[in-house]
Amino acid sequence: MKVLKANQWQPLCAISDLVENAGICALVDGEQVAIFYLPAEIPRVYAIGNHDPIGKANVLSRGIVGDIKGELVVASPLYKQHFSLLTGKCLEDDSASVPVYEVVLDGDKVLIEV
Amino acid sequence: MEKHKVATQKIVVVGNGMVGHHYVDQLLQQNLNVEITVIGAEPRPAYDRVHLSEFFAGKKPEELALTTREFYHDNGVKAHFGDAVKQILREEKAVVTASGRRFDYDKLVLATGSYPFVPPIPGSSHDLCLTYRTIDDLGAIKHAAEGASVGVVVGGGLLGLECANAIKNLGLEAHVVEFAPGLMGVQLDEGGSKMLRRKIEALGVYIHTSTGTREIVAGDACKLRMNFGDDKHLETDMIVFSAGIRPYDQLARDCGLDVGERGGVVVDYHCRTTDSDIFAIGECASYGNFIYGLVAPGYRMAEVAVSQLTDTKSVFKGADMSTKLKLLGVDVGSIGDSHGRQEGSISYVFSDEREEIYKRINISADGKTLLGAVLVGDCDDYDTLLQYFLNGIELPASPESLILPSVAGGAPKLGPAALPLAATICSCHNVSKGSIVDAIDAGCCSLGDIKSSTKASTGCGGCSALLKSVVDYELEARGVSVDKSICEHFPYTRQEIFHLCKVNQIRTFDELLEKHGSGKGCEICKPAAASILASLWNDYVLKDKHAGLQDTNDRFLANMQKDGTYSVVPRIPGGEITPDKLIVLGQVGKKYGLYTKITGGQRVDLFGAHMSDLPAIWKELVDAGFETGHAYGKALRTVKSCVGSTWCRYGVQDSVTMAIYIENRYKGLRSPHKLKSAVSGCTRECAEAQSKDFGVIATENGWNLYLCGNGGMKPRHADLFATDIDDETLIKYIDRFLMFYVRTADRLQRTSVWLENLEGGLDYLREVIVDDKLGLCAELEEQMNAVVGTYQCEWKTTIDDPEKLKRFRQFVNAPEAKDSNVIFVEERGQLRPAKDEERLDIIAKSA
Repeated sequence: MKVLKANQWQPLCAISDLVENAGICALVDGEQVAIFYLPAEIPRVYAIGNHDPIGKANVLSRGIVGDIKGELVVASPLYKQHFSLLTGKCLEDDSASVPVYEVVLDGDKVLIEV
Repeated sequence: MEKHKVATQKIVVVGNGMVGHHYVDQLLQQNLNVEITVIGAEPRPAYDRVHLSEFFAGKKPEELALTTREFYHDNGVKAHFGDAVKQILREEKAVVTASGRRFDYDKLVLATGSYPFVPPIPGSSHDLCLTYRTIDDLGAIKHAAEGASVGVVVGGGLLGLECANAIKNLGLEAHVVEFAPGLMGVQLDEGGSKMLRRKIEALGVYIHTSTGTREIVAGDACKLRMNFGDDKHLETDMIVFSAGIRPYDQLARDCGLDVGERGGVVVDYHCRTTDSDIFAIGECASYGNFIYGLVAPGYRMAEVAVSQLTDTKSVFKGADMSTKLKLLGVDVGSIGDSHGRQEGSISYVFSDEREEIYKRINISADGKTLLGAVLVGDCDDYDTLLQYFLNGIELPASPESLILPSVAGGAPKLGPAALPLAATICSCHNVSKGSIVDAIDAGCCSLGDIKSSTKASTGCGGCSALLKSVVDYELEARGVSVDKSICEHFPYTRQEIFHLCKVNQIRTFDELLEKHGSGKGCEICKPAAASILASLWNDYVLKDKHAGLQDTNDRFLANMQKDGTYSVVPRIPGGEITPDKLIVLGQVGKKYGLYTKITGGQRVDLFGAHMSDLPAIWKELVDAGFETGHAYGKALRTVKSCVGSTWCRYGVQDSVTMAIYIENRYKGLRSPHKLKSAVSGCTRECAEAQSKDFGVIATENGWNLYLCGNGGMKPRHADLFATDIDDETLIKYIDRFLMFYVRTADRLQRTSVWLENLEGGLDYLREVIVDDKLGLCAELEEQMNAVVGTYQCEWKTTIDDPEKLKRFRQFVNAPEAKDSNVIFVEERGQLRPAKDEERLDIIAKSA
């Protein structure tokens, strides 16, 4: 029998802590998570790991967000590889990827699944 | 039914050097019914002897290889290496190798090359007397250099000097001993030879000319001692002979083929020897009593010999021996009759002993054709001169303009349009402008296509700039447009986007994207748009609408380093700083644990700042009177200066005051790329203004303005733009220049590249800025005044705004925490990021 586990949502911050069309970083159980706020998209918030596996530093939240052929991405500020905000995959290097986290907006709060 | 079978011709190629391999390669491309056998004396297949010295720079033999055993095998070529042919049996049409193997031939090709000439000096057979020709030779030189302190090269020709460089790079004291009165006597005239000597001696290589070696004996301080004809001597640990080459023609001599007066198998213009079934090509052949010791003529001979087996026979009628190369980092070029020996030849000589440049051209008595040229220290004119020479293009009325420096108004270079179709563009692979045009007509539409289809510029690569200009010109002439769109979101160039924003008064990226773009933008168009909007409207860069457009450096107003920390560079206008301010920098560095370093632009860089510390660091700096240095932005960086007339005995103007004024005027100006400047107080140029985007040098009467210089990856000296101008004119010209550049340059295009791509070049720039040809000057000045008038220190604005400060938190939900991935170790009394292995060590210890 399959046991359905209820989502555990942890509050992170307020919407006003986010920066429009850019990222910020949060600490979730010791892991660094980059949260991006794209007010014109559905959904409006995205979360991936903050660690750039190619540049080997915690910087992805500080990259520029945009799209490559329609896919939402962040460009690493170190060496400019693109990481998908939906899948965490690196567009330039199949072997590199970052974890993806579930985030939602609840009123003016940002929640993350743990 | 039995198929009619054409007898297969057996082709045997003796020798697998560059030319021997080229022959096989060309023959394979003909798809003839032949059976090819290659026999090489060296243990490995053909390799690139032209770039042999790169072996010392760490290149492995396989990286120098031109082919492989597998390639031959896959193409049905039977190859045997490490077994020299010892005998040709002409009657039986067969060759026999050292190991006793016998190969029959229908056609035999001799490509045995040459060997270094070792003069018959007593003692020259010593173990430490070496030559410079094969990979094995280089291995022996490397081996002999271990534990040695002095090395001598006998022979001051092209290869000898290359070898001297290798010996010097192996850490030995290098000497060149030359019997003739000058270096590279074949290629250079006396003046060129002297200049070359001067430059090479300055590099620490000892030159002994007019020096003959009498004997080589055991030395006292070193292993060997060379006794010279004039009772002088030299002690050394090794000797490399590079005193010319001699063709390997013994095989031909033994079987009764004719050889030339100076050796070499005599060939006709089909590269056939006196036996019509035997060909000789490359350095073992003598055509017109001349041995062609360069690779390009060798390749030509190989092609001619191959063509004799086909329906389209071609001929070899000698070859141009012009050459351009870098010897010990010195540019040297020699074209045609470099000595001016032809009757009635007239020469022009330009010699600059300060810059150590020597140029000479020899022209015909009627002044119409170029006969030869020598270039030492600066080969920029080589391509143009070679085209004049090879194609007999009529010289301009003042031929001297071809070699005079450009500050004196040198003649424009020969453009791709002026070259005839027969003009050789790539001499390694004999590609003419005509064949490039044919390739383009056959469908090639990029530089890469042309290279793979014609092989142009895939040899020595010396023609790459010329090739590009021909390809660009021809493509453009056919209306092939190169896509210059900035990225997939905007079908426009940066210049066009600038214009759209200006004309339509666009003030945000969203508006620009909605009206003129598609998608959501990316890391290319967003910062470009941010820069354009800043140049036009000069808003605070962290305004909500702009923040997400900025590269991380602009967004956090600091420079991100490899570990995600930032460096901080406060502005120090003109490099002038009070002791009190220096103390503040020291105190801030100490308090926040920063690594400090003096920059090349006369400032101080503070490294290793956590993002969350940036506001506190800047609060202290701003309180002490510092402003942001824009080291993070595509913006004005520094205006370097020397102390000028205030302190210096030689200064003629107050360079520091001018530098501070300029820096304060243009600080904060956003541009397509970073901008650097400098002001020197006299012609000694201590501030290095000629390497800057705009540089100012004081004169007795005012200032000289230099534009579009660059250091970095591709250095460029700035061009002299205006002379003896007063303060007011100087600023006016710079205002106009900068705004014109900001408006028209491509994204990330420095002023140097911008100028090189500006049609009409410096003259056109003068017409725009000085003569106001476009009627734009008032507008440019007005726009600059608007930027200057709305300047704000971005850091001061930021630390006064609590909302903006929130963005510098490392973690939105843990304000006190720092990035645990940032780990420093100590080195020379300061902190630096831990290397990977140190990091693991530290983490292991703390666990």
